[in-house]
Amino acid sequence: MRAKNLCFFLSKLLLLCLCFYILVSSPSLAFQSDELLADDEEFGLEGARSPVLDLTVPIQPSPHTQPTIQTQTTRSRSLDPDPDSKVHLLLEHAFGDSDFSPAGTFTARLKTSSHGGQTLTKLRFSRNSFTRTEEQEFKKLLEADDFYTIRVPSNVLSPPGRDYIISSVKARCLPRNGLDEHFVIHMDGVNILAVNYASPRACPYPRQLKLPAKWSFNSHTVLKNSEVAPRAPLFAEEILGGENVEFEGVKPPERSLWAKYWMYLIPVGLIVMNAITQAMNMPEEQAAGQSASQPQQSMAAIQRGQGTAVRRR
Amino acid sequence: MAMAIRVFLLLLLFLSSSNLTFSLFEDQVGLMDWHQQYIGKVKHAVFHTQKAGRKRVVVSTEENVVASLDLRHGEIFWRHVLGTNDAIDEIDIALGKYVIALSSEGSILRAWNLPDGQMVWESFLPGSKPSKALLSIPTNLKVDKDHVILIYSNGCLHAVSSIDGEVLWKKELATEGIEVQQLIHPLGSDIIYAVGFVGMEKLLIHQTHVSDLFQDSSATAVILPSKLMGMVALKISSTIIFIKVADAGKLEVVDKIDHAAAVSDGLSFLEGQQALALVQHGGSKIHLTVKLGPDWSGDLLKESFEMDHQRGVVHKVFINNYIRTDRSHGFRALIVMEDHSLLLLQQGEVVWSREDGLASIIDVTTSELPVEENGVSVAKVEHNLFEWLKGHILKLKGTLMLASPEDVVAIQRIRLKSSEKSKMTRDRNGFRKLLIVLSKAGKLFALHTGDGRIVWSLLLHTLHKSEACENPTGVNVYQWQVPHHHAMDENPSILVVGRCGHSLDAPGILSIVDTYTGNELNSLGPVHSIVQIIPLPFTDPTEQRLHLLMDAGLRAHLYPRTPEAIGIFQREFANIYWYSIEADNGIIRGHVLKNNCFLEVADEFCFETKALWSIVFPSESEKIIATVTRKLNEVVHTQAKVITDQEVMYKYVSKNLLFVATVAPKAVGEIGSVTPDESWLVVYLIDTITGRILHRLTHHGSQGPVHAVFSENWVVYHYFNLRAHRYEMSVIEIYDQSRADNKDVLNLILGKHNLTSPISSYSRPEVITKSQSYFFTHSVKTIAVTSTAKGITSKQLLIGTIGDQVLALDKRFLDPRRSINPTQAEKEEGIIPLTDSLPIIPQSYVTHALQVEGLRGIVTVPAKLESTTLVFSYGVDLYFTQLAPSRTYDSLTEDFSYALLLITIVALVVAIFVTWVLSERKELQEKWR
Repeated sequence: MRAKNLCFFLSKLLLLCLCFYILVSSPSLAFQSDELLADDEEFGLEGARSPVLDLTVPIQPSPHTQPTIQTQTTRSRSLDPDPDSKVHLLLEHAFGDSDFSPAGTFTARLKTSSHGGQTLTKLRFSRNSFTRTEEQEFKKLLEADDFYTIRVPSNVLSPPGRDYIISSVKARCLPRNGLDEHFVIHMDGVNILAVNYASPRACPYPRQLKLPAKWSFNSHTVLKNSEVAPRAPLFAEEILGGENVEFEGVKPPERSLWAKYWMYLIPVGLIVMNAITQAMNMPEEQAAGQSASQPQQSMAAIQRGQGTAVRRR
Repeated sequence: MAMAIRVFLLLLLFLSSSNLTFSLFEDQVGLMDWHQQYIGKVKHAVFHTQKAGRKRVVVSTEENVVASLDLRHGEIFWRHVLGTNDAIDEIDIALGKYVIALSSEGSILRAWNLPDGQMVWESFLPGSKPSKALLSIPTNLKVDKDHVILIYSNGCLHAVSSIDGEVLWKKELATEGIEVQQLIHPLGSDIIYAVGFVGMEKLLIHQTHVSDLFQDSSATAVILPSKLMGMVALKISSTIIFIKVADAGKLEVVDKIDHAAAVSDGLSFLEGQQALALVQHGGSKIHLTVKLGPDWSGDLLKESFEMDHQRGVVHKVFINNYIRTDRSHGFRALIVMEDHSLLLLQQGEVVWSREDGLASIIDVTTSELPVEENGVSVAKVEHNLFEWLKGHILKLKGTLMLASPEDVVAIQRIRLKSSEKSKMTRDRNGFRKLLIVLSKAGKLFALHTGDGRIVWSLLLHTLHKSEACENPTGVNVYQWQVPHHHAMDENPSILVVGRCGHSLDAPGILSIVDTYTGNELNSLGPVHSIVQIIPLPFTDPTEQRLHLLMDAGLRAHLYPRTPEAIGIFQREFANIYWYSIEADNGIIRGHVLKNNCFLEVADEFCFETKALWSIVFPSESEKIIATVTRKLNEVVHTQAKVITDQEVMYKYVSKNLLFVATVAPKAVGEIGSVTPDESWLVVYLIDTITGRILHRLTHHGSQGPVHAVFSENWVVYHYFNLRAHRYEMSVIEIYDQSRADNKDVLNLILGKHNLTSPISSYSRPEVITKSQSYFFTHSVKTIAVTSTAKGITSKQLLIGTIGDQVLALDKRFLDPRRSINPTQAEKEEGIIPLTDSLPIIPQSYVTHALQVEGLRGIVTVPAKLESTTLVFSYGVDLYFTQLAPSRTYDSLTEDFSYALLLITIVALVVAIFVTWVLSERKELQEKWR
């Protein structure tokens, strides 16, 4: 009878689990957000969690600079399953206070996600080597410990965007064997937020004057998108997975009964002890009764007398 | 059995009392804290003196306070602080028992009970278009035995019942194109006249040139807004002219008063007669004249008062009449001064005064007190000795529970009024300091931290309205000179920075003030515009701190303008970087100094700057709403943080970190104005030397306002989570990985470590960040963090809550290493198990039961004692206290009984002697046997 009951119960549990699994895997509202958050991280675009949102991050391709890309992207957004297109980014540099001149090109693929957000992937960089005059200029910077400045447009599709992104480094930080440089480009969709331009190694303060052995660049480039903040922990029922619940269930026996309730157990023990001693005394006293009280007192008196006598001696 | 129960109960009692208490005992209130209540600059005043046992005056102020003041002493009976955007338009008293206030441009009407300030009713008056807000309470207009309040606001005329605030009727006037200027209700009639203009066709009844009435009209004439019967007051430069409007539109000049400052409204005190108060300045005195209108026959009253020079000129005057003991009419006047103080004048005397300028503090800094001079006179010591002994005997009685109730009172009084606390000299613990505060009125106050009294005050003449500077405002206060080497013979001084106007490119004003005496040492201005002030970490030989002032044209100006300063500055020239935040534009730029300015006049203290880096936030997806940096004077005790398993993490401690929070442009508005999908919050940690983004984190579905605090290597920020419908607080901690290899003790001993290698911003930092978020119940007005002298003591966050209280929250609750089940080792380290929300422990309110109404800022200052920090919070009220985030581990508590210790020692010594004598005697007896 009991076995049958258990069996029934188990099958019911299994069914429940199955239902739960279906619930979890189906794109229900409660769990959708979790899934999409991971997506967002991948594509690095805030607000790309619902298809409506391609309206909130409008892409404004300028008509005159790169018309090909524009047509491609608009087309791709609507129907093309392979929505990649190539973009070029011009890197310019300046020596100290001089004007900016072209120094290299970034090439990347513009990937349009199904949400409508666009991201750059597969970034490649081709650096123009220094010309003779540029070498001279750079040497001057090294001598004066001045800044070598680069700039890129703030929007990939419509350069220069709102403003150029500028970044500088002390020229003396760059020369090693060749000229080592490291770009960290912070992106937000098709916008460039900031470029961190530096030497990949340390550059401690008393910067030594050192000319590079060869005038070629050794470039590293990193594209960075925003991280998504971990969500505040929710300890309500919303936490998924049985493990946690199980864990919680297992945990309490760790502390023994004594460890948990000693403060109550001690007084209880005391009370019990007290009660027992009293209960033991009660019959004795009753037996001795009033008759024994008189001799007891006299005995005590005698004892006391002896005690004093002893002490006096 | 009974015994056992008793034991049990005692045990329970013991257990319950052994819980840690952070709160304070009743007799400790006011020992190290003080609380001052203010109301702000008075806008309107209504007297309530007739047939009232307690004479009072109801005032409304520019800090949006409605208060009832005691007319005898100037104390606050009750007060209500309305929200910051709920400005009061008018106040009045209805039915002789309700205070009626119209606020928010005439859309909210509230009534409070006059005796106790309880709210009686509140009604909302909607309207179609904004207009002038007018309030009129007719004395004997009744609708169904109900007194009626008439309000014109938002283009509608409303009649509101004064008993329950119900709108009785409503008439739209704005749709007919009427701009109502005044409501008139003739006595004993049932008709209200709403007088106004229709469109632009003004009722020009009469036109007379001012010059016809008054010669020498080079200055512009201004009509004063005083309500007078049949008269107009006109102010031309410093002269007030009273013009009587006679029949047939004829104007005639009645009187002409020189050096006049303010005119009150007409006060009708007899049938058809009106009194009018007039204040004139004459030297250090002010003259109050009460004139009788409208026939202008002689003065009813003429009195003069000695006035403190630091109060400036009279801004407003309100009069009230009373019947003297000899049945004649007497007048009292309430005057509002330039420094926002409020004074009551009666019978030729200043009856009371209130320093209400302290309700609008702009900036706070601190100053040390003078060093105590050696050689205190003997008499003083003797007197002190007696007092000291008496005090200690009383205290001893208290500890031994022998004190009578009177003694207890005496002990409490001694503790509260200990002269030690309010002395004008430096103390060893650094508890006594001067708080230098700058008020909106352009007045500096020095408050003593011991008891909050005003040591000196100074109305800055540079922040005084003048022709060169039309609309001066104070901006900041900086420490200019803090003498250490010459502490005995030089006084510290502060720099006050102001602007002539509200825009950033308005010319700047500078003023240097001695903090011991309150004298203005030097002033400059108007000079170039001041956008940003950078105190540099260098001082010149006289210990004046160098300051760089940035103007609107991105030029840097060096102060003080001395050759020594230039010399020091040139040495550090290449290492000075600065950044500017264009919040509206969404761009942060870094700059470096270049060379001297190219101006017509050569100026060697002016430098051109050059842009080094820029960060451009995409305008369609991000808008800057908050930026926070570390406090310049913050001290970090150690860079290393020992974690479990004897591992070490190195804090990334850099002075050049900037925390920036941006939100979606749509989500800039109020909470709930956008859906979670269209709002996000992005936070950045930026190195301000190179413009490097060290950390970037997006919170989806979150919205501002963001309040943040940056200290050591962590930043804590508060925002709203739209998905969870709750406020959240997050913490980011940033650690240096490049030093993480220095774990091996052997390597450290052998010197194989890079701990001493210099840090450069140009090196690529290897940092890791840790972050965690928690829910927080309150919305927050401001956040600060405790700061101590050496930075050893653990930190507490001081959160200004929406209830105008200050909550101290241990930083340990905001530790990204918290986990649900910390290991034993982590528990030992003091990591609290992770919870989804931050606890609010009622005992940890720094303000206890008090409220700092209208809380705007919290300032923490380290005391010399490492465990203690001084906290000053300001708003409409001021509150000061001492905090010890890790308890006072380095000093004995204030109530420690030295006498008891002394007596114990004496008793022990006596006991030693007695036992010695006894043992000697016993030994002798032993030997004799």
